Amino acid sequence: MQLVLEKRAERSTFIALASPVLAIALTLVTMSIFFLLLGKNPVTALYVYFIEPLTDSYTLMEIAVKASPLVMIAIGLSLCYLANVWNIGAEGQFLIGAVTGSWLAVVTNGTGAGPWVLPAMLVMGALGGALWAMIPALCKTRFGANEILTSLMLVYVADLILDYLVRGPWRDPKGMNFPTTASFDPVATVPVIMDGGRLHAGVIITLALVVVVAVMLGRSIKGFEIRVVGAAPRAARFAGFSSEKLVVFTFAVSGALAGLAGIIEVAGPVGVLQPGISPGYGFTAIIVAFLGRLNPIGILVAGLFLALTFIGGEGAQISMKVPLDLTKVFQGMLLFYVLACDSLILYRIRLVTAKPKAA
Amino acid sequence: MSDQGPVSSAARAPLLQAIGITKLYGTFLANDGVSIDLYPGEIHALLGENGAGKSTLVKTMYGLIQPSAGELRWLGEKIELSGPSDARARGIAMVFQHFSLFDNLTVAENVALGLDGKESFAAMSARLAQVSRDYGLPLDPKRVVWRLSVGERQRIEIVRALMQNPKLLILDEPTAVLTPQEADQLFTVLERLKGEGRALLYISHKLDEVKRLCDTATILRGGKKVATCNPRAETAASMARMMVGAEIGEVRATTARATTVPRLLIRDLSMAPDDPHGTYLRNISLEVFGGEILGIAGVAGNGQDEFFSALSGERIAPYEDNVIIDGHAAGNLSVTQRRKLGAAFVPEERLGHGTAPRMKLSENALLTGHAASHMVKHGFVDRPATLKAVDTTTRTFDVRKAKRDPEAASLSGGNLQKFIVGREILREPGVLVVSQPTWGVDAGAAAVIRQALIDLSSRGSAVLVISQDLDELAEISDRIAVMFHGTLSEPIAAANATREKLGLLMGGASPETATVEEVSHAAGA
Repeated sequence: MQLVLEKRAERSTFIALASPVLAIALTLVTMSIFFLLLGKNPVTALYVYFIEPLTDSYTLMEIAVKASPLVMIAIGLSLCYLANVWNIGAEGQFLIGAVTGSWLAVVTNGTGAGPWVLPAMLVMGALGGALWAMIPALCKTRFGANEILTSLMLVYVADLILDYLVRGPWRDPKGMNFPTTASFDPVATVPVIMDGGRLHAGVIITLALVVVVAVMLGRSIKGFEIRVVGAAPRAARFAGFSSEKLVVFTFAVSGALAGLAGIIEVAGPVGVLQPGISPGYGFTAIIVAFLGRLNPIGILVAGLFLALTFIGGEGAQISMKVPLDLTKVFQGMLLFYVLACDSLILYRIRLVTAKPKAA
Repeated sequence: MSDQGPVSSAARAPLLQAIGITKLYGTFLANDGVSIDLYPGEIHALLGENGAGKSTLVKTMYGLIQPSAGELRWLGEKIELSGPSDARARGIAMVFQHFSLFDNLTVAENVALGLDGKESFAAMSARLAQVSRDYGLPLDPKRVVWRLSVGERQRIEIVRALMQNPKLLILDEPTAVLTPQEADQLFTVLERLKGEGRALLYISHKLDEVKRLCDTATILRGGKKVATCNPRAETAASMARMMVGAEIGEVRATTARATTVPRLLIRDLSMAPDDPHGTYLRNISLEVFGGEILGIAGVAGNGQDEFFSALSGERIAPYEDNVIIDGHAAGNLSVTQRRKLGAAFVPEERLGHGTAPRMKLSENALLTGHAASHMVKHGFVDRPATLKAVDTTTRTFDVRKAKRDPEAASLSGGNLQKFIVGREILREPGVLVVSQPTWGVDAGAAAVIRQALIDLSSRGSAVLVISQDLDELAEISDRIAVMFHGTLSEPIAAANATREKLGLLMGGASPETATVEEVSHAAGA
């Protein structure tokens, strides 16, 4: 008896949709085992993680606030991954977007500048993220450098740049030496759209982007180009699509979206530029992108789910005394299971009973 | 060529018998009670259109699949093959149509992976060199496979099979990529193997070849055996009739073609290859007139791929007037721009080059149609238009498929090729460049494709056909040029292009010295 992977004639649409569900189920089972090993009741723990946050309007809003940057970054990344371009550095692009956008908030701070500041900040943030993403993109097209390594390494550079700025030139003089800029002026702040929480206008931008990218991918020739380059590079070249231009394009778009998410986060929920503005959004967004089938609508659902694990994880930390890092373990596990289950889209598992060799 | 080897007339006990082989895939009957007897010292042809069940039958004999019903008998004794290694252990070897080679490994490493023996790598390499020399199939064991031409890759498969010293050798369309001389050499090898008392099962679409080489032929149609016959007593037409169950329309040449101005002009094109082991193109000049089909013959790997990508624009030529399409200097233009000038291209590889295998046919229509076929409006894809293109192609070229818009990879080779060629022809291109239009395509589909090329040219288009199938070129071309080591010979009128003359040019002889006396000499080169 042995298990064999057998190639399917056509990709299975059913499995493509069922795979994330299966992966979530497997993650829940593994999580339960972990909780048992930690001496906690798994049922209570899963309730705290996944149900409790949904029972309260404040935490529901918090889920949307957390999901917003995840979804925005992930739809950008999905374009890269569909085109077989491996941007792993969205975290860095997020931070640089936050920095370049904040620059405007810092220099206009207290000058009584008009309402143009916030839109200009958003543009600056997107531009900053896109430019930061150009570094690995051009290194790849010019020198053939592996974009996985370069984009990932630039995350740490971005982190240090942010750190330097808030400890040095941009530090709030009245900030008691804390590494943070002064609180942004109201004209440099993303407005809250619902009372009793932090739900801000950035969520609306994210939803709009989901629609725009969904239409772009499904209907436009650019979306087709992205999918062909990823699925069959030689056929794409035959079609007249340049994979090099697409590397630049997808990096630019994903960098811009990550940068935009960064400046919205800083100008919205956080309100100042400081270290630790991201709980790893740029990395978690990779999981969101794959869990969401690299499809904007799927990513919206996946983003909400992962936001739930962030909120639930905080809840579990407080009420059950489990370490916050456990959440990251589960997120990583989820990606692992999704990728494993995805092999079933093109292959089926079959149990083969080996026949005895005829004498 | 003797009719019956001495061994086969003496020993009339079958080596391998397949009795009532039935194979069900879900509800689809791939084989329906097929019986076949293979004798030692006999070359047995297996004929049938794509989808007739030939592959299923030979895969059963090679242990790759288990039959749903029926049995195999080896020397009269019932056997069950648990897998290919079991088949190989008994002395059954197979050369597949689709090569099972690892591109990043060397020739010797690939052969080592396919052998079950325990001999050392060095000894195996030496034996590989020996066997390849003995049978006139030269191979360098140390070369990496991705650098080899299709023809050389096939040689590896054949040598690998021969190294197992098989009692039964199954060959799936082995001559598709060979020159006539190479094919003749292969036939010599096969005759020799037959003389050594081995059984051979030979799958081919080339009926003339089967008539010439094979002692017995079994014909399949729709999973059932239609007949077992003596191919020498049949005509190619009568066998084709049995294969398709109807008359195949003869490809008819158009009469009185107006040859007007050159629509495709290649001027002194010299180009270095991308890959250091590719072929340099050297001073290629060629005129293809509207209303004619110009054939380019040549052994695989003599620069055809490089030439094709220079024409299609997948690679940009050094000077803009290296390639002129309908009077426009196009050497520096992209694929899309060349398509907009009215050019169309059909590459050799169907899956992965001509189509994205895992995308739907409508998306594959868009693949080349986005440039100039009104399928894109303001940057958005007109989906109904792409589906309509699929429907039109399906209707016009009789593309058979399970549903309206399946993935490209789910179509059979012949049907996918009809789709790809049809996709381009329906755009009514002024210039069409086709590489290997009918490689691995069944007789019915090949006739449809060739007729379509002829019809296109008779409507005034310039058609350039790169092919290794000389019969095909003879059938459809007006003039034929030969590619050798990146150079192109002067085209000769098809009427004067004898197999001998072309064969010599394919071996590198200059046209003046290409005389019949040198055939044997060049064939050995």
